[in-house]
Amino acid sequence: MSVPTRMPAPMPPLPPLPLPRSPGGRKGKSPKKKQVNESISTWRLTDRIGYVMMWAAGLMLCAIGIGILVYMAFKGVQYLRPSLIFSSPTAEIDQSKSGGFFDPLIGTVLITLIGIIIATPIAIFAATWIVEYGRPTWLARLIDSGIEIIAGTPDIVIALFGLVLFQQGIFGWMSFTATGGAVFGRSFLTAGAMMSLIALPMVFAATREGLQSIPAHVREASYALGKTKAATIRRVLLPSVKANISTGAALGMGRIAGDTAIIVVLLGASLTLDPEGDVPGLNLLKGTGGTLTSYVYNNSPAGEGNAPQKAYAAAFVLLLIVLALNFAVDRIARSGAKTGLETSRLGAR
Amino acid sequence: MIEPREQAAPPAPGSSEPANGTVPPPIRRIALDRQPTVALPPSQDAVAIANTSDRSLAAARRPARGVAGPERMRIEGLNVYYGNNHVVKNVSLPIRQGEVLALIGPSGCGKTTLLRTLNRLTELTSSARRDGMITLDGSDIDSLEVTEHRRRVSMVFQQPNPFPMSVFDNVAYALREQGAKRPKKKVLEPYVIEALQRAGLYDEVSSNLDHPALRLSGGQQQRLCIARALAARPEVLLMDEPCSALDPKSTNVIEELIVELRKDLAIVIVTHNLQQAYRVGDHVAFMYLGDLVEYGQTDALFDNPKAARTRDYIGGAFG
Repeated sequence: MSVPTRMPAPMPPLPPLPLPRSPGGRKGKSPKKKQVNESISTWRLTDRIGYVMMWAAGLMLCAIGIGILVYMAFKGVQYLRPSLIFSSPTAEIDQSKSGGFFDPLIGTVLITLIGIIIATPIAIFAATWIVEYGRPTWLARLIDSGIEIIAGTPDIVIALFGLVLFQQGIFGWMSFTATGGAVFGRSFLTAGAMMSLIALPMVFAATREGLQSIPAHVREASYALGKTKAATIRRVLLPSVKANISTGAALGMGRIAGDTAIIVVLLGASLTLDPEGDVPGLNLLKGTGGTLTSYVYNNSPAGEGNAPQKAYAAAFVLLLIVLALNFAVDRIARSGAKTGLETSRLGAR
Repeated sequence: MIEPREQAAPPAPGSSEPANGTVPPPIRRIALDRQPTVALPPSQDAVAIANTSDRSLAAARRPARGVAGPERMRIEGLNVYYGNNHVVKNVSLPIRQGEVLALIGPSGCGKTTLLRTLNRLTELTSSARRDGMITLDGSDIDSLEVTEHRRRVSMVFQQPNPFPMSVFDNVAYALREQGAKRPKKKVLEPYVIEALQRAGLYDEVSSNLDHPALRLSGGQQQRLCIARALAARPEVLLMDEPCSALDPKSTNVIEELIVELRKDLAIVIVTHNLQQAYRVGDHVAFMYLGDLVEYGQTDALFDNPKAARTRDYIGGAFG
């Protein structure tokens, strides 16, 4: 059905395009190559500078990343022994007898798990509420800025806040309580609770982004089948952002595993795990300990241990853990892309 | 069946008018049996369709009219507003079982809003207001629980939108109740298969019901959405431009499906494609700027439009 003939007003002719500067005049490049590939010698100077800077920035970041990795691998492999991984640290002046970093390794795993187990559900609930309900608007905005504030707070501030919070009597069950009733406030539970704040914004952002990218007609299709909003969220929306949630969680776990300030302030940063009380399992959570980050700090020239070889070995293990998490993120993102809905937005990650 | 198209062939009456400055653009009668100007892909199917479509296929698609069953829904004095925007103005229409009602009209004329109102989807838009009466089987739709109503009046959308789960789960999703107990897969299987068969998809997906639905082709996805909508055994099926995102071959399959399905269902279809409205519609309603301009039998409306607006629109003068 074409529109009946209507004469369009005659367009004024466009001014002729300026001819590109001839490459031959400037640098004598072969004209054959220019025909196949656009040559940057025809570009403006500013464009050319920008182009070179983009390349330089990319290459520089690559070089830094590879440099860190190669250096740590070199040092780490040099000093890493299985005995280091599987023996507990002991306080000895003689470095050959002071053991390895088995306890800090367990500490890292434990604190990461506690943090992410607390953070993920809260983040998912908050993100789902913001995207799917989000009324009243002022409350949604308040929650949004609240999470932004948490994301922007330095971890040492979070740690100090946590210490003040968990030294209140009401949180006595989470850590060691002295006979006088004073609460120590330092334990895996309290540190894990504060660590969850480090991971929460990442899981929240990933989930929210995923939900927002689901087109409205997918929701409407579910409503049009006579499904409630709750059923739609649970059966359609959250399953389709599984990959986003996993990505956010894996990133958050990487952040937790690499954090030091909260460990030093809230976990005690001791060399070994020091269980508290006599309930198995819970005593470990109520007790203090250390992680690989605090171990690296202690054994670095800045710390008390001053055993740089062990610091290198532990740092290498930590780096491997974080890299493994990043690798997992990548895999999850790719498997998510296969199911279809997520293709566009995960390209960035 | 063929006569109206034969009549359509002679040149438009408007073209003989003298060409002075103020004459409205000439009105052309729609040439329904003309081949589409966009070339179909030269596949065998396309050739087969091109060779047969207008005589046998189209004729087969339009069996004798007037098999209208009981009236399923009735719209009376319906007004819909988005904020201050009066989108649907005082529309009254019957929707009968065994019939396809095609809603046509230019973009933004309220067709889709009208369709969504029948499913009570406009209630999801906070600024939308509605007055007037819509009844389903004689009872006001507001007296029904909204989920119950939407199960009885199901909807298929413009974009194929299967959920990111398996083919089986997509259809089963419509059947699973929200209650604490979810029926087992074995219990649901016959219903799922039946729905897929009714949508004409079962033969194509029977071997891979567990595959993700998003791996299907666009046309298959749309038929999956139809199967999903049929699974809950609705009385009325609403379709919002179900073919506009599909290629001609899939469109053909879905149109045949629509004609097949109207035996047991009342179907309301919104379409921008007048030829599609002509091919599948039993009744056609033409809407313009929120008004229902004309409603009537498809043949009557296309061959002898009463309103000038309708004549201009189906003649291709605007829209």
